[in-house]
Amino acid sequence: MSADRSTPNTPPAAGGAASSGGPAPAGDTELIRFDAVTKRFGAHTVLDALDMKVYSGKHVTLIGPSGSGKTTILRLLMTLLKPDEGTITLGGRYLTHEEKGGKLVPASDRYSREVRKNIGMVFQQFNLFPNMKVLRNLTEAPVHVLGLDKDAAEERARELLELVGLTAHLDKYPSQLSGGQQQRVAIARALAMRPQVLLLDEVTSALDPELVAGVLDLLRDIARSTDITMLCVTHEMTFARDISDCVMMFDAGRVIEFGPPEQLFTDPVHDRTREFLSAVR
Amino acid sequence: MRFDWSAVGAFLPTFAKGLLVTLQALVLGSLIAFALGLVWALAQRSPLKAVRWPVTAFTEFVRNTPLLVQLFFLFYVMPEWGLTLSALATGVIGLGLHYSTYTAEVYRSGIDGVPAGQWEAAIALSLPRRRTWTAVILPQAIRRVVPALGNYVIAMLKDSPLLFAIGVLEMLGEARQFSSQTFQTVEPYTVVGVAFIALAYPASLLLRALERRLVR
Repeated sequence: MSADRSTPNTPPAAGGAASSGGPAPAGDTELIRFDAVTKRFGAHTVLDALDMKVYSGKHVTLIGPSGSGKTTILRLLMTLLKPDEGTITLGGRYLTHEEKGGKLVPASDRYSREVRKNIGMVFQQFNLFPNMKVLRNLTEAPVHVLGLDKDAAEERARELLELVGLTAHLDKYPSQLSGGQQQRVAIARALAMRPQVLLLDEVTSALDPELVAGVLDLLRDIARSTDITMLCVTHEMTFARDISDCVMMFDAGRVIEFGPPEQLFTDPVHDRTREFLSAVR
Repeated sequence: MRFDWSAVGAFLPTFAKGLLVTLQALVLGSLIAFALGLVWALAQRSPLKAVRWPVTAFTEFVRNTPLLVQLFFLFYVMPEWGLTLSALATGVIGLGLHYSTYTAEVYRSGIDGVPAGQWEAAIALSLPRRRTWTAVILPQAIRRVVPALGNYVIAMLKDSPLLFAIGVLEMLGEARQFSSQTFQTVEPYTVVGVAFIALAYPASLLLRALERRLVR
């Protein structure tokens, strides 16, 4: 599919992400950067002055116990949440702030929309538009956000439906599809926007066990065949090991350990990581 | 008491005129109620207090005062301020305005019923706010509330005889006029009563069928 994407293809170097003080692999472009990002829900601090970088084209998996802040990171990147403190940048542009008169102010809706066009997200509950057929779910945003004409958007939608193996279902409503099929449409819908970054929020958690493999295989394909930067929250450790350049272990709003999957899964440094991994295996 | 079928026959031509007026008031009143109700519902979600508060105050006021008082106000007080409308136009506006405050609540519940995930998906696709409303949220919200809106059309039908109080010759008005001219009361009022049932009951059956189809 997106061989014509404008983002440069980066070599699959290890250590694509780093927490505060982590070394940046030479030659890689920094795409996402969290600077001292704090997010609280009431008295509960979900993210605590988090520093994080993700390099272009890397596949990063966020693991950790529930409530450790993994999903919050994805939701902050998608601007579904706003940070209480700190800033987030995408390709050097602020995401939830903008500079006005030399000052950093909360971003306007228009500005946020412009920056986040480069980010796509796939949700646990699919969130397809039930009032639109599959094809229009895929063309709605390309036509009304990217300004593609209807024919071009439909042609691209058909290509993506072929990629996800659902060409036969383009004229159906989401409610006529199985959970696994709906999630594959949701993945295609996110890809239709040609995002630089794809956020995957526990995309198989709501699926029946027999449907999980199909969706994960599709994501493996996408990870292999495209240069999209992926941030993935999952409990599927085998999948995480397969696709990730870097795994980040979260606990209580902080990254306590990160590294390539073969290192983090086989020889974790932190006790908390060891406990978590033995619990989920 | 004797039921005179010939009086029914004599009443029918004027009844037909009244029926037409009732249906006119109902259709136009419904259109106003549906459109204005949506305006109120959207205004009540405005981030601006200066929009939200006056609209909330106005809709609460209208909802909590009787329609008959509102009709009298529109018909007898507005001309003092230089706005004179025909009885039927006043009736249509009165019905529409009054019921718009109810349909606003219906729309509000429909909008609240759209899952948060739909808003999130719209944000994730960077859809502009207007497009999010028109293509994603409202089609789903309105589909859910069509049966409830329909119930208010039936309620409006049953409130339409109030228009007679400001001189609109709808079904009841025509019956009253017929009976005062002919001194026959049983026949015209019976015809009007039967007409209301003949309109309202099939409509409520239709709504129930719609509800089964739409609210899934």
